[in-house]
Amino acid sequence: MQYEKKKLTRIIATDCGSTTTKAILIEFVDGEYRQTVRGEAPTTVEAPLNDVTRGVLNAVQELEELARLKYNNPKITLIKDSELIIPRNGDIGADAYVSTSSAGGGLQMMVTGVVAKMTGESAERAALGAGAIVMDLIASNDQRMDHEKIERIRHLRPDMILMAGHTDNATSNKHVIEMAELVGAADPKPRLGSSYKLPVIYAGTIQARDEIKKTLGSKVDLMITDNLRPTLERENLGPARDEIHEIFMEHVMQQAPGYNKLMAWTVGPDLKPVPIMPTPAAVGNIMQTIAKQENIEVLGVDIGGATTDVFSVFTKDFIFNRTVSANLGMSYSISNVLASAGLDNILRWVPFDIDVKELRNMIKNKMIRPTTIPALFQELVLEQAIAKEALRLAFIQHKEFAVNLKGTQKNSDIAEAFSQSESGDTIVNMLTLDLLVGSGGVLSHAPRRHQTMMMLIDAFLPEGITKLAVDSIFMMPHLGVLASINEEVATEVFNKDCMIYIGSCVAPVGKIKEGKIALEAKIELPDGTIFEEKIPFGELRLLPCPTGSVAKAELKPGKGLDIGAGKNQEIVTELTGGEVGIVLDTRGRRPFVLPVETAERVPRLIKWMKELQAYPQELLK
Amino acid sequence: MAQAYSAGLTVTENIVLKKERILPLKGEVRVKKGDRVKCDDIVAHTSLPGNVVPFKIANKLGVTPQMLANFMKVKVGDKIHKDQILAETKGLFGMGFFKTSVKSPIDGEVESVSPATGNAVLREPRIPVEIKAFIDGIVTEVIPNEGVIIENRSAYIQGIFGLAGETSGDIKMLAKSPKDHLDPASITPDCKGKIIVAGALCPLEAIKKAAQVGVHAIISGGVDDQDLKKLLGYDIGVAITGHEKIGVTLVVTEGFGPITMAKNTFELLQKFEGHKASVHGFTQIRAGVMRPEVIIPLPLADNEKLVVKEAEMASLEIGSLIRVIRQPNFGEIGRITELPEPLTKVESETLVRVLKAKLNNGQEVLIPRANVEVIAE
Repeated sequence: MQYEKKKLTRIIATDCGSTTTKAILIEFVDGEYRQTVRGEAPTTVEAPLNDVTRGVLNAVQELEELARLKYNNPKITLIKDSELIIPRNGDIGADAYVSTSSAGGGLQMMVTGVVAKMTGESAERAALGAGAIVMDLIASNDQRMDHEKIERIRHLRPDMILMAGHTDNATSNKHVIEMAELVGAADPKPRLGSSYKLPVIYAGTIQARDEIKKTLGSKVDLMITDNLRPTLERENLGPARDEIHEIFMEHVMQQAPGYNKLMAWTVGPDLKPVPIMPTPAAVGNIMQTIAKQENIEVLGVDIGGATTDVFSVFTKDFIFNRTVSANLGMSYSISNVLASAGLDNILRWVPFDIDVKELRNMIKNKMIRPTTIPALFQELVLEQAIAKEALRLAFIQHKEFAVNLKGTQKNSDIAEAFSQSESGDTIVNMLTLDLLVGSGGVLSHAPRRHQTMMMLIDAFLPEGITKLAVDSIFMMPHLGVLASINEEVATEVFNKDCMIYIGSCVAPVGKIKEGKIALEAKIELPDGTIFEEKIPFGELRLLPCPTGSVAKAELKPGKGLDIGAGKNQEIVTELTGGEVGIVLDTRGRRPFVLPVETAERVPRLIKWMKELQAYPQELLK
Repeated sequence: MAQAYSAGLTVTENIVLKKERILPLKGEVRVKKGDRVKCDDIVAHTSLPGNVVPFKIANKLGVTPQMLANFMKVKVGDKIHKDQILAETKGLFGMGFFKTSVKSPIDGEVESVSPATGNAVLREPRIPVEIKAFIDGIVTEVIPNEGVIIENRSAYIQGIFGLAGETSGDIKMLAKSPKDHLDPASITPDCKGKIIVAGALCPLEAIKKAAQVGVHAIISGGVDDQDLKKLLGYDIGVAITGHEKIGVTLVVTEGFGPITMAKNTFELLQKFEGHKASVHGFTQIRAGVMRPEVIIPLPLADNEKLVVKEAEMASLEIGSLIRVIRQPNFGEIGRITELPEPLTKVESETLVRVLKAKLNNGQEVLIPRANVEVIAE
């Protein structure tokens, strides 16, 4: 429900993450909406407190105290008798309270389909788009024996199951009914609480609805919605996603400790409830809003303690995809980054010697004490090296998932026949990407924005010309849910306080010999200085170009290289500035290769880090 | 400013503990409220549904799913045994020539037969599951058909990380000091069935030796991650542990690497040497934090009333005893001397809220508040 702007003069927004609860205050000050103060506290969904609202109160208490200091007004009060005060009356209270949540493991789902790469993948996309972690995709053709599938369903204990299968005009509906029989035989139990039946959403062929009711009706809490793949050529994910959100609120959240209370707290100015949104769904909302408003292709990442989410909006149709790498993160899951990426891949980003045994212990200690922060320079560099690998792996998963619909038949003309686009190809095209946005503790709270720039470039390897931005203090989730009560306020705060442009990256695609010219650049910087250089392959340059300004650039790629207009084609354009500036990266793409030998690699890393001003120069020896 | 909270592990000589012992599925509770139980007593039992075997009967019989009902020899709910005929065609001319029959692949029962797909779901016999008390104590609540709550007064140590499941035994100190590294040679046959205490580190050889001798559990300040990888044969990715089959339960009290065991933890174990303890290594750091525990039940007076203290978060105050949980000074113990308000830049250039502390080694240090935990006194 959307409220009038004038009814919203002070809003409390929280994101209850798996590690910390982050609260922000949004206020109408001097004729504009701004994010004014921010507080945080450990999330308290776990023993001994087992009540999410305790963490919320602690974080909001910090807001209250910081607001009093900011306005030098001790009367500002947001909490009374351990409850938030809504609506606002002068200094007392706020007009609305909204929240997102990923605490307690977020929303965990299992999905089923008939053909894994077709209806299975569509179901997965619907679940991921709704903000879920997909624990497993079980499909009729997934090579597992039936009893193995049943065993798996029984052991997973998801929050809910989404079932898809067959198009509406399919000649047979046998496989989706068989799948329902397997689900029924497994008699799955919900993850939280044993007092209610597991919610199952059926979003498969309409022709099998009666059989599905007969098979599952008495065993699970069955909900039926529109087929999410009504024809091979079309996905219809909206109704399934809406159903998932409804169940998330009605069933799942009610079981999590303290959420009953929290759900009663999240209200608008008229005290009507505002649904709590799964954190990734809120971030996805805001990403899609940016892409559509600016008419651009966007790639976003949110790296958390437990999971890393990648969002993308590509092609002229603004196709939205979200993936979640459930076990890639910087605290709870940090050890899994080591297990998945391997020690060598992490160490390739580290410009000093470190004892492997020590590094392993450091990573495990972060895993068991997830809220600690790196106080030493070396530990910071190591954490950022791990972050690069977590981001890289999450991005690989995203590219594999964000693809054209599989199984479709296309009427190709001659031009299309020669193009490489086929059903099942990734739609992630780094060369056409306009904006790369980073979010999450390790990116938003890096001591220097230069480090954020470095991590994003090294992990995502942007190609051609790409703008880079960071969520200033990690408030995209808050703004995503705020948009559900007023989109205009959310967008205003997003542009003014959330999105920090850190600059642009120019990276020619291709590989040439060391020492050959990779980029001829003539750039007129905002202060009138002209930068002109023929940059050899394997280098980085950083040019100052402050936020809000642009630089006029003539860019000519080296022989055989491409910066977006085709091989060897020069581009005359404007490059957007930011807190860091403009990075010219001639280290090569497709492939990007780091020297294997430490003696060769370390001096280069140091040189690049110095050029990017990523770390204190005196510490980079 | 807002109250600063710090996660900390509980180490105490005297706490009233409440343990839920719940069946995975509804079943029968064997004890009643007020009963005194021992750790090995079975308090509840149930039987889990047996494994299911999907079986394509119509397909095997060569008939359509719709026709299958005409040939079934058993019905839903029937008990069946291996090789029993489940369905049979009538044969040529109804005379029994060339009959086709389908036999059961298992002992069990018929769970369902689908006229839509022609498949049956057969279920194997149920699997019995028993729940033990795990700690000596009093049954204070019975949740009908689900389990019980057992309470007791105990000395209690919460570990930071563990491996393998529940066990019990008498405590035996093998370390002389909390700084000791456990020498495998000190694990002798008389350690069988015991819970042995190492100091700062329990190396791989010692874990192997302990398992070989039949030690029930090891409590150690630290353990090397590389050793665990060798022991388990894989890298622990996400900290969800407790189900490892390594022959001995491991409880780590401080963290990874050689880390001197906290003095109060070591002294408490020393004090209770020879006492029986219940321990487990279950660790789940995300989504419902679960840490390994060492529970040493204390004797109860006949009419003693047990009152469980309301959970509270330890807070950082001047004078609080703290442990540093990240480099530099990882593992050191000290007391807070100051809690400066403004954000402070540390070596990594991170702007953080800090505290000043005097460590037991005499050093005065500035540490990010996030990098300490309060030790309850």
